[in-house]
Amino acid sequence: MKIEKPAQAGTLESNDIYVQILPNPKEEIEIRLKSVVMLQFGKQIRQVAMQTLNEKGITSCILNLEDKGALDYTIKARIESAVERSLC
Amino acid sequence: MKNALGRDVPGHPYLGLQPIERIEYKQIKSLKEDRKDKVHYDLESFIKTLPLEDKMTLSFHHHLRNGDFVMNQVMAEVAKSGVKNLTICASSIFPTHAPLVSLIEQKTITKIIASYISGPVADAISEGKLEDVCLLQTHGYRATSIMSDETSIDIAFIAAPACSPEGNITGSMGPSGCGVLGYAIADAWYAKRVVAVTDFLVDVLVPEIPACCVDDVVKVDRIGDPDGIVSGTTKITRDPVGLRIAKSTAELMKATGLLKNGFTFQTGAGGISLAVAKEIHALCLNENIKGKFASGGITSYLVKMLEDGVFEELYDVQCFELDAVESIKRNPNHHKMSAAKYADIHDPDNIVNQLDFVILGATEIDLDFNVNVTTGSDGRIMGGSGGHADTAYGAKFAIIVSKLVSSRISVVVDQVTTITTPGGTVDVLVTDRGIAIHPRHQALIDHLKATTNLPIVEIQTLYQRALALTGIPEKTQNLGRIVALSQYRDGTILDVIRQIDTAE
Repeated sequence: MKIEKPAQAGTLESNDIYVQILPNPKEEIEIRLKSVVMLQFGKQIRQVAMQTLNEKGITSCILNLEDKGALDYTIKARIESAVERSLC
Repeated sequence: MKNALGRDVPGHPYLGLQPIERIEYKQIKSLKEDRKDKVHYDLESFIKTLPLEDKMTLSFHHHLRNGDFVMNQVMAEVAKSGVKNLTICASSIFPTHAPLVSLIEQKTITKIIASYISGPVADAISEGKLEDVCLLQTHGYRATSIMSDETSIDIAFIAAPACSPEGNITGSMGPSGCGVLGYAIADAWYAKRVVAVTDFLVDVLVPEIPACCVDDVVKVDRIGDPDGIVSGTTKITRDPVGLRIAKSTAELMKATGLLKNGFTFQTGAGGISLAVAKEIHALCLNENIKGKFASGGITSYLVKMLEDGVFEELYDVQCFELDAVESIKRNPNHHKMSAAKYADIHDPDNIVNQLDFVILGATEIDLDFNVNVTTGSDGRIMGGSGGHADTAYGAKFAIIVSKLVSSRISVVVDQVTTITTPGGTVDVLVTDRGIAIHPRHQALIDHLKATTNLPIVEIQTLYQRALALTGIPEKTQNLGRIVALSQYRDGTILDVIRQIDTAE
């Protein structure tokens, strides 16, 4: 499934993550991540993001993530919200 | 060479807690006369008259905090003289001191000695711009090293909120009044030359620094911005998690049996620490407990506790808020103290040694209870001991209060990035997900488990609980050049701080 419509979820508060999901003309998944814990958890956040998109059946999108130290379940919930908002 | 905490350090390694070999200080300079011709009205031309030389040590105090204009003004003029390789011995350095970075880059300043550094200067040191190694001292050891001549100050520039033409200085008057000048006292008595920089020339009847210490008085337009003098962090937390931590801390303090008439107490200005003060305030009023004193940096909350009779006295080394500045003028039980009286190891009656409780924060605390408040978990300098290590050593109960996890970073780690305070002097960690007590207090642990419902666990348990939430952080080993040393209150080296990788 391709993302056709931009959508967003989350905030820039500490312990949260701001998620923006956009159509990708290149028809692939591109994740752009900024995080306050990039050194410690950058890889893990990308992994959770990719897994969440896979679970939702997304095959093409640009996912912008601005992370303020969110835990995995928050990241997952925010990405799911953004996807649902884009699809509705 | 590895020190007692297993860290590889240059110089004198920390050997663990040792008996203190007391030394007597010499008065190293002759006293000045009460002349009125010490006054100069132009900083630029005055600095041209100073016998400045390469490699000199210049000192400054930080009572004007992030509102200080003096260090920037003075150093801009000093730099014009073309001298190089200066050492700056400042009690603390704040974001407002950003102009020092270019002086570091052009090698006017090549060494820094301070107790706390935040902002652009801290970043410049972390990025390896300072040629020599920066020394991060405790508040107490800064005074000790000046008085023992280990740090020999050539010229002390003392920001003076009010100063008489003879050089009598007080912090209690003037448009940039900051209350106490506790961190400048050692500089005033031991520097080879002492220059008061003031924006308020007036008769001073009760000086903190007497004219006999002062060589020159320079009048400038403004020495500081009152808005920056008071700290921005002195609000009681409204976060329910922080308030819960404060409640458990108060309950724990009561359960130790030390919270009784005559108790002594210090707390920092962090949100949770202040919430602990509020809990103790209510508890003391309810149960009619009267403490002997509170000490340290004084906030309006502690002033309120003094006025409500919860404490008989305040010992104030630095006013954090204008209420404290006002209180110290009118309340005879609110005392000014010097950094040496506060925490010099060679003063047997120092205030920290009389403390029952100190409430402190932590950026990281490890499984051996070592605490880091010097660097972030990425290794970047963002603070320093201040009085952390001094009070933890002196107090019967050094209590660290913190959320267990904040922005995905666990406060409990297997090894702290930088050791600021040795674990052997830390007693308790109170978090929102459990309380860990240092295993050397087994009797207390048993007592608390038997008599209270406090969630006492081992620190390893807290560590596991945190990892379950955050996941396992990736570790990066830093092999960069040593840019700073964390120096303990006895002068030994606790740890090294390395240059960070700025490639990404």
